[in-house]
Amino acid sequence: MGAAQDHVQVSGLRITAPAAGGQETPIVNDVDFTIPKGQVLALIGESGSGKTSIALALMGYARGGCRLAGGGVRVGDTEILTLDASQLRTVRGNRIAYVAQSAASAFNPSRTIMDQVVEAAVGRGLISRPAAEAKAMGLFRALALPEPEAIGGRYVHQLSGGQLQRLMAAMALMTDPELVILDEPTTALDVTTQIDVLRAFKRVVRQQGATALYVSHDLAVVAQVADRIVVLQRGRVREAGDASQVLEKPADIYTRTLMAAARPSTQARPHRPAPQQAPPLLEVRGLTAGYGRVEAGVPKIPVLRDVTLSITKGTTLGVIGESGSGKSTLARVIAGLVAPASGQVLFQGQPLAPTLSGRTREQFQRIQLVFQNADTALNPAHTVSRILGRPLAFYHGMDGRARNRRVAELLDLTQLPAGLADRHCGELSGGQKQRVNLARALAADPHLILCDEVTSALDTVVGAAILDLLAELRRELDLSYLFISHDISTVRAICDDIAVLYAGQKVEMGPRNGFGDAPVHPYTDLLIGSVPEMRRGWLEEKEMAATPPPLATAQSANLCRFLPRCAARVEGLCDRLPPPRIVLGGGNELLCHHDGQALQHLQRGRQSAVSP
Amino acid sequence: MTPTVPLREESMLKPASTAASRVRHWLSGLPTSGRVGLALVVLWLVLGAAGPLLAPYDVGAFVSPEVFDSMSAQHWLGSDYLGRDVLSRLLSGAQYTVGLALASALLASATGAGLALTATVCPRWVDEVISRFMDTLISIPSKVFALVLVAAFGSSLTLLLLIAAATYTPGAFRIARALAINLNQMDYVQVAYARGEGRLYIAAAEIMPNMIHPVLADFGLRFVFIVLLLSGLSFLGLGVQPPNADLGSLVRENISGLGDGALAILAPAMAIATLTIGVNLLIDALPGRGRRITGGR
Repeated sequence: MGAAQDHVQVSGLRITAPAAGGQETPIVNDVDFTIPKGQVLALIGESGSGKTSIALALMGYARGGCRLAGGGVRVGDTEILTLDASQLRTVRGNRIAYVAQSAASAFNPSRTIMDQVVEAAVGRGLISRPAAEAKAMGLFRALALPEPEAIGGRYVHQLSGGQLQRLMAAMALMTDPELVILDEPTTALDVTTQIDVLRAFKRVVRQQGATALYVSHDLAVVAQVADRIVVLQRGRVREAGDASQVLEKPADIYTRTLMAAARPSTQARPHRPAPQQAPPLLEVRGLTAGYGRVEAGVPKIPVLRDVTLSITKGTTLGVIGESGSGKSTLARVIAGLVAPASGQVLFQGQPLAPTLSGRTREQFQRIQLVFQNADTALNPAHTVSRILGRPLAFYHGMDGRARNRRVAELLDLTQLPAGLADRHCGELSGGQKQRVNLARALAADPHLILCDEVTSALDTVVGAAILDLLAELRRELDLSYLFISHDISTVRAICDDIAVLYAGQKVEMGPRNGFGDAPVHPYTDLLIGSVPEMRRGWLEEKEMAATPPPLATAQSANLCRFLPRCAARVEGLCDRLPPPRIVLGGGNELLCHHDGQALQHLQRGRQSAVSP
Repeated sequence: MTPTVPLREESMLKPASTAASRVRHWLSGLPTSGRVGLALVVLWLVLGAAGPLLAPYDVGAFVSPEVFDSMSAQHWLGSDYLGRDVLSRLLSGAQYTVGLALASALLASATGAGLALTATVCPRWVDEVISRFMDTLISIPSKVFALVLVAAFGSSLTLLLLIAAATYTPGAFRIARALAINLNQMDYVQVAYARGEGRLYIAAAEIMPNMIHPVLADFGLRFVFIVLLLSGLSFLGLGVQPPNADLGSLVRENISGLGDGALAILAPAMAIATLTIGVNLLIDALPGRGRRITGGR
């Protein structure tokens, strides 16, 4: 094979799915691309664009019911699509390896990690078990996993999502594959974890000299890893070319749409000065909540610790934090689904009962909850009109024609076609479901909507449309939102105030503008700095976050929760005394031992690159 | 009676919303084994309902001079150990077996599901009380339980129905509770709680529709168990009392004909077999359909 020849060549690939009436609908149509040896090609597109189908086709695999209908896939000298099942078996997991999106569900929870990592290589007789284990440890080290010698003996539940994702990459690389397919490998991770995983992937793939196909919907992530980019829409190639060319001078209008959607506009309306006399719409005071037995106001497993915040009528408060920071629990406590261990929630100046049974229908009506995943938030047994009609009947006593009219209005308000009313939600697209989810909350005529990660499960373009809708509804209906998200750019785009949660503690809160520049809380700084930018080389510029050495002493409950990960901690102070609340010039309230000047000094230069 | 082949073509058309075409659409989704099962179940339901009307002779009438007679024009399934018409006795027995088992299974599944929903949406202690009570009930051996009750109160149809229902309620409860508890954690149910909905609404409108399919499959299973339990009881002489007989008693009373391979014993045994196999085939076909429609495989 000549060096000039491309390592992977896909030509005229067609994949079809069965449709009603025994016909087949194409889901991938005439896709051509090539990957030169040792390069990384990114397939980018929204869900339904056929990117995963193409990735799987490279291994000669079609998902349930689908068929590889035409075209060719050549990897090295092998025509993949002409191989039979037993030949494919020798190629898959050996010459071609696959890293799936959710590592947590890809590992068997009842076997150790090492068993599974070496399984493919040892099972094929390529390498002896001890040699395989030694090789695996080398890969663990190269992927910057903690305790590379010991980590193989652990089980899935003992490891974090980011670690599992890297272990899965190790598993894929065990057989020295010539082609690695990475299918959305960092999508399910927190930004701060994503950056480490990306860095590890990139280095290892380079070291091994493997050719890689990187499937993602996130242009900014792709910008960090890809040499070439193919943009897909509905199974067709919209644009293909060098990464720098596609990112800097996108030729196709669809690529530009994608790029625009990836950067939510930060031009929400100006902060409206609220009348100071009126009590805030929602006030949370010293809230501690969690699971297990409550002793002295602290539950056995605390999820939220002493959180205080408030929302003025007509404004949006963003709550950000990583998974496990307690953001969703906060929404559940406010909604009454989880009783707080101590602290109070006040709505329009009135204290809300801790549990559902003590609340009035009026209170239920005014606070509505919208969950992240519309698939599970809408009852699959009900039609759209029934889902929307229930709150109308329940709160407003509407029935018959009045209810139908209002359902139609709600569909219109959320920009859904009226014909949807009789459908079951299983028949709707992801974006439509989320709109129905939102419409149900609106049906109650609420004052406050608790939005729990409402755009996280959606494609960027669809998510951006939902954000626009939220902003529009706020203008029209004078709503307030508690907007929970893990994505700081989304929060900055639509929120007036932002609260940052870390491990259940509110480490920073302030108006949106206070989050644009240093100084911010060290954790906020880490969060902002971890969001990939849509330009090449960002990952390289970003110096390895100075990982602080492990703490000498066990962490006590009163101290700063961020202490073990804080790069700016002061020995003898941070690990002795609980952090004070300080207020910075920009109005941000922080939980930190440092003052504004010290933080400014620490974060100088790092923030400037971040502000758009 | 067996669904005909053309149904498959019709299913390709857009399903209309009329009830008839929905049934047709449902039928066409059924695999062959499921259709066979459905046919057998429908056959036995019809025979159970209309059996006594179809029976050529009276149940207790001695109509043949021959015992263990083979097939003849007068007696399609021959005669039994006393010279009674087997077909008539079979048709009357089907009424008891199918009717009693259906009623008990309905009672067991409805009680089980109802208690499961109550345990799910009510406070924790209600769940504890119901669950522990069910554990107690499930720990009593069913046959012994039945023997003691029949010995104490004498055999009657109502008692048999209650025994069978009580025996199978805990199992139905366990399955339904496991389903309901899972569904109770779903976001849409949580949203309903946060909306301030009452427990009854949540149980009936939000949870129940989503657990009905597994509960139905479980119902079919319990139906089969109950047929076997009743047949077993009748075999011991504690079930339906003479001159009436359910299918199990028919097998027992004609046991002496076993050596001769008499139809009088083969026919009711076959009847029990086809009924239970039919229900099982139908049940097996039910949950598999959902999976096929959603894709996978």
